[in-house]
Amino acid sequence: MTLLILFWEFFQTGLFAIGGGLATLPFLQKILERYPDWFGSLHVADVVAIAESTPGPIAVNAASFAGYYAAGVPGALAATFAVVLPSFIIASLVSRALEQYRNSRLIQSAFGALRPTVAGLIAAAGWVVLRTALFSAEIGAGGLLAAIEWKSVALFAVLLVLLHLPKVKSIHPVVYIIAGGAAGLLLGL
Amino acid sequence: MKSKLKSLATLYVTFLKIGAFMFGGGYSMLPLLSRELVVRHGWITEETLLDYFAIAQCMPGAIAINTATLVGNQRDGVLGGAAALLGVITIPMALIVAVAASLMQFWHLPLVASAFAGIRVAVAALITAALINLIRTNVKNVLGIVLCVFAFIVVAVFGQSPILVVLAAAVTGLVAGRVKR
Repeated sequence: MTLLILFWEFFQTGLFAIGGGLATLPFLQKILERYPDWFGSLHVADVVAIAESTPGPIAVNAASFAGYYAAGVPGALAATFAVVLPSFIIASLVSRALEQYRNSRLIQSAFGALRPTVAGLIAAAGWVVLRTALFSAEIGAGGLLAAIEWKSVALFAVLLVLLHLPKVKSIHPVVYIIAGGAAGLLLGL
Repeated sequence: MKSKLKSLATLYVTFLKIGAFMFGGGYSMLPLLSRELVVRHGWITEETLLDYFAIAQCMPGAIAINTATLVGNQRDGVLGGAAALLGVITIPMALIVAVAASLMQFWHLPLVASAFAGIRVAVAALITAALINLIRTNVKNVLGIVLCVFAFIVVAVFGQSPILVVLAAAVTGLVAGRVKR
């Protein structure tokens, strides 16, 4: 049963996560929220970190990782095949009529609205990542301000500035992930 | 029959290699695809590759998966698409399983928890930086701003499914396209 649900959830992710890369994030977030038993203490940021540190598209890496975490190797296989199946079906269907597909007014206008929407969806998932990364797990009586982890916020600010410097910007994400891990150990986060 | 099998095997192995070295998706994999598909095998021209890339972005799913399926399909039909697709996911999937299996053994250690607390901060910074770029390039007019804010609120504040938002956006785009005409 777990395998069937994994397959169905990741099939929908493959079908609706438009634009590749981080577009998978909001869908993954929903799956982790909906089935907390499978994923235990796993956060969506952990999945992104693993996905960015290994070769392959984020969607495929995330599906393999979450699938394995939920149900071992069969889970990884089910989730990975499910997430690529919609691409396979659609790309096979349009491959003989690529020009018509690309120049279709319908497709163009649908994507005109989808691109800004996907940015908003990624922002929503990004907000959850920010919350888990920068605030302590329990937001208590003191409210949001009292729950801020200042060391994490300082690290975040430094990394964000680095990511906007022209020369440092193009450094591979895995370098930032390793640096983040080292900083986490040093600062005792 | 035999040559067909050989051709499928070549597709699989070529995309197996591409999958193994494909760090950081999107445009960063263009040089890799170009070297293998255009220079080495001469299966497609540089222009066709760029066309595929553009089309792959207008399809659901990862760009690499779409491009692999399109290239495989053009060479050997649906089976070719399947061979290329399986090739490109084999190594990433195997690596992830290996990483996940070893990670699970150490997940409970306090040191690993500390490292991952830092890693989550790094991921948050990476996502924020990517988002700033994404909004700059994709949110360009009033309709765009409305859609972007609407998507954020529906999911972040009301906890609704992103699927509904994607469907609503597609319909909005179609209607807006109609009205413009």
